Amino acid sequence: MLGKLTLSAIPYDNPIIMGAVAFSILVAAVVLGSITYYGKWGYLWKEWLTSVDHKKIGVMYIILALVMLLRGFADAIMMRAQQAFSFGASHGYLPAHHFDQIFTAHGTIMIFFMAMPFLVGLMNIAVPLQIGARDVAFPFMNSVSLWLTVVSAMLVMVSLGVGEFSQAGWTGYPPLSELHFSPGTGVDYWIWSIQISGIGTLLTGINFLITILRMRAPGMTLMKMPVFTWTALCTSILIILAFPALTATLAMLTLDRYLGMHFFTNGLGGNMMMYTNLLWVWGHPEVYILILPAFGVFSEVVATFSGKRLFGYTSMVYATMAIAFLSFTVWLHHFFTMGAGPNVNAFFGITTMIIAVPTGVKIFNWLFTMYRGRVQLNSAMYYTLGFIVTFVIGGITGIVLAIPPADFVLHNSLFLVAHFHNMLIPGALFGYFAGYTYWFPKAFGFRLNEKWGKRGFWGWMIGFYVAFMPLYVLGFMGMPRRMVHYNNPAWHPYLQVAAIGAVIVLLGIVCQIIQLVVSIKERAETRDVTGDPWNGRTLEWSTSSPAPFYNFAQVPVIHDLDAFTDMKEKGIAYERPKEYHDIHMPKNTAVGFVIGMLAFVFGFAMIWHIWWMAGASALGMVISVIVRATSEDVDYYVPAAEVERIENQRHSQLGSLSTVDVGDQGDWEVAAPA
Amino acid sequence: MTTDVLDTFPAHAEDHEHADPVATTAFGFWIYIMSDCILFATVFAGFVVLSHNYAGGPTGKELFDLKYTLGETMFLLFSSVTYGFAMLAMHKERKQQVLGWLLVTFLLGLGFIVMEVNEFTQMVVAGHGPDRSGFLSGFFTLVGTHGCHVTMGLIWMAVMMAQVMTKGLTTPVQSRLMRLSMFWHFLDIVWIGVFTVVYLTGVM
Repeated sequence: MLGKLTLSAIPYDNPIIMGAVAFSILVAAVVLGSITYYGKWGYLWKEWLTSVDHKKIGVMYIILALVMLLRGFADAIMMRAQQAFSFGASHGYLPAHHFDQIFTAHGTIMIFFMAMPFLVGLMNIAVPLQIGARDVAFPFMNSVSLWLTVVSAMLVMVSLGVGEFSQAGWTGYPPLSELHFSPGTGVDYWIWSIQISGIGTLLTGINFLITILRMRAPGMTLMKMPVFTWTALCTSILIILAFPALTATLAMLTLDRYLGMHFFTNGLGGNMMMYTNLLWVWGHPEVYILILPAFGVFSEVVATFSGKRLFGYTSMVYATMAIAFLSFTVWLHHFFTMGAGPNVNAFFGITTMIIAVPTGVKIFNWLFTMYRGRVQLNSAMYYTLGFIVTFVIGGITGIVLAIPPADFVLHNSLFLVAHFHNMLIPGALFGYFAGYTYWFPKAFGFRLNEKWGKRGFWGWMIGFYVAFMPLYVLGFMGMPRRMVHYNNPAWHPYLQVAAIGAVIVLLGIVCQIIQLVVSIKERAETRDVTGDPWNGRTLEWSTSSPAPFYNFAQVPVIHDLDAFTDMKEKGIAYERPKEYHDIHMPKNTAVGFVIGMLAFVFGFAMIWHIWWMAGASALGMVISVIVRATSEDVDYYVPAAEVERIENQRHSQLGSLSTVDVGDQGDWEVAAPA
Repeated sequence: MTTDVLDTFPAHAEDHEHADPVATTAFGFWIYIMSDCILFATVFAGFVVLSHNYAGGPTGKELFDLKYTLGETMFLLFSSVTYGFAMLAMHKERKQQVLGWLLVTFLLGLGFIVMEVNEFTQMVVAGHGPDRSGFLSGFFTLVGTHGCHVTMGLIWMAVMMAQVMTKGLTTPVQSRLMRLSMFWHFLDIVWIGVFTVVYLTGVM
């Protein structure tokens, strides 16, 4: 009846896991309880869970990302603590099988359930506004994407208390991830959570490609698109080309595990290196899927806070496209040690180094944008500057790893761990934080607290260096990654320093939480009445904050790359249209949410081999899709009078401002050079 | 695409931001098909890498019956032709003809699936299932992935027949028929690849 699921699947005997489970349940209970207490279920259901509004979907994606960031960071600090203590006679506080689950969960969560939802959330909030669209091309599909991602994260959380998570690393290499060596449900949790969220991501990629190519405001040619939209376009293309490969590869591993096939097994004609190749055919483009949108954020932030047009826009666009293309030509550098031979390794080593060229172009563009600009050091700008400095160091260590003979020495060591964290923390995460700070007023109508934001930045920045620079040294000293215990006394002090670094990052995270609380409390003081808190240059700042659900009362006509700056210079930025028109909008629907929940049940049932439940939920999903496809009642018209009422409110607010030039409200601190 | 036939979603001249939703969905579906191409490419690659890993089990030469597979192929190819007739009838707004051709297409597709399931069953019963060798894992997965797609297409076609019957040839229904048409022809093309790479190469 319940497949492999019995009560013994719950790890009662492990106090650390049970503590984590109790804490998670407590947090969930507090959240659900307060929703009930304040009677917000109806509001939540009508306005959020069933919403197809890209801005709300974006906000929900980012909430998911922030929650999973906390979970992924909890894993990280546990690993650092274990390695700081588990030396010589002491064995730390984590048994090996638990430690292995933690490093697997950390990687999986940070890539799939922190970084992906964060960047997709930013794309959702910003892209339609930047191109002057009313919503994405397929709003319902957008809701399906969101819920598939959310339920996959839920599956990972469930693995904490029911069964176990994978111990095979976030890349799940066979033969370790095969049934013979991982007979438990851990790898299955890993497979199904990634598989389901991967389908959500693929739908997002298709959605944004079509949105950007088909729904731009009149006059916005491709070379007049904001850079963030360009990076979103390239990321969407990469998603469409790379994620099906992941889907197929995971399906093959699934077939090995469920039907005894021999794709990647040791015996009977399997080929485990095929998995490694196929995984990285997806995996390397994935790195750029994560990083390109962050590059886009940095480009927007640096131009806005330098008060200048972005330097070298055209070269920025070409560099982005070049990186997107090259990302498919380098996958073998993840396993030079496979033994493909010197010619193959040389080819992939060279292509890897070539990627540094377009990336270098970008770095110089950002630097030249600031050069002679009127740079305002707001916290989004702090993240940008921290990124530029730190990312260059990570890039240089990447060049070291791109040399196959050096890679043979450094492969699988902590040098590698230090390198990719050195790319992804500044390169991706700092970009997402900058985007979070930058677009927060657009989403909520008030700015984040600057003081706590900067403290958060310093926690991350200093913590990063203290945590990861020792790992480079340890890599040179020959320490492999993922060790639950070691005996070499020379490694011990470095690992203690790294643990201190993790604590400093923790302080940064605490500051960010305080920042959010303080910002909400003091929102009256930082309210963004104009819709343009930063003297922005692109179209999203031309509408009110938060943007009305239809985004633009009248679709703007674009004449310049920095469309909104252009309007402000011509004095037409806040001009009212002669008359308002009815606006065609999609209706909210519960189907996306239902499909997501059914996908959760399906995933859970597949993990525990509860075949009837898997069949029933799969059938439910097919029926939901058919019901939706048969429904014609999916859209409506907002009457012109309603649009006029909302716009009147906004313009009376704008009119109440005493300043004439609403576009130039320099009410943030302009930091003097120290 | 003939927009004069299809462009009848609520007509608002100023709706240029929603320019032609039918064309937008069709474009989205093209992109989906491209991503499906990547999926098939990966599975093809997996098959080709393992195509000689017999592990002491049977080879393609011993297993495949080209005449039988040719029969399957004919079912699928003719179903594409008949779907084309359904589309021609759709453009002429002949509802009964559309239904008739869709039914013929459905039956041809069903024939293909029945033959494929029969082939699979015989192989499994004879002990040549997907767990026998890497080669057979690749074979069952590649051919089975295509078969799953065809099955999905059949479900979709059944839904579309019901929609044509109940709703008539409205713009959204025509738009969906056109996307199903793209899907169906795409599966045909993939099958040509399967037939060549798996069966023809296998018996050589």
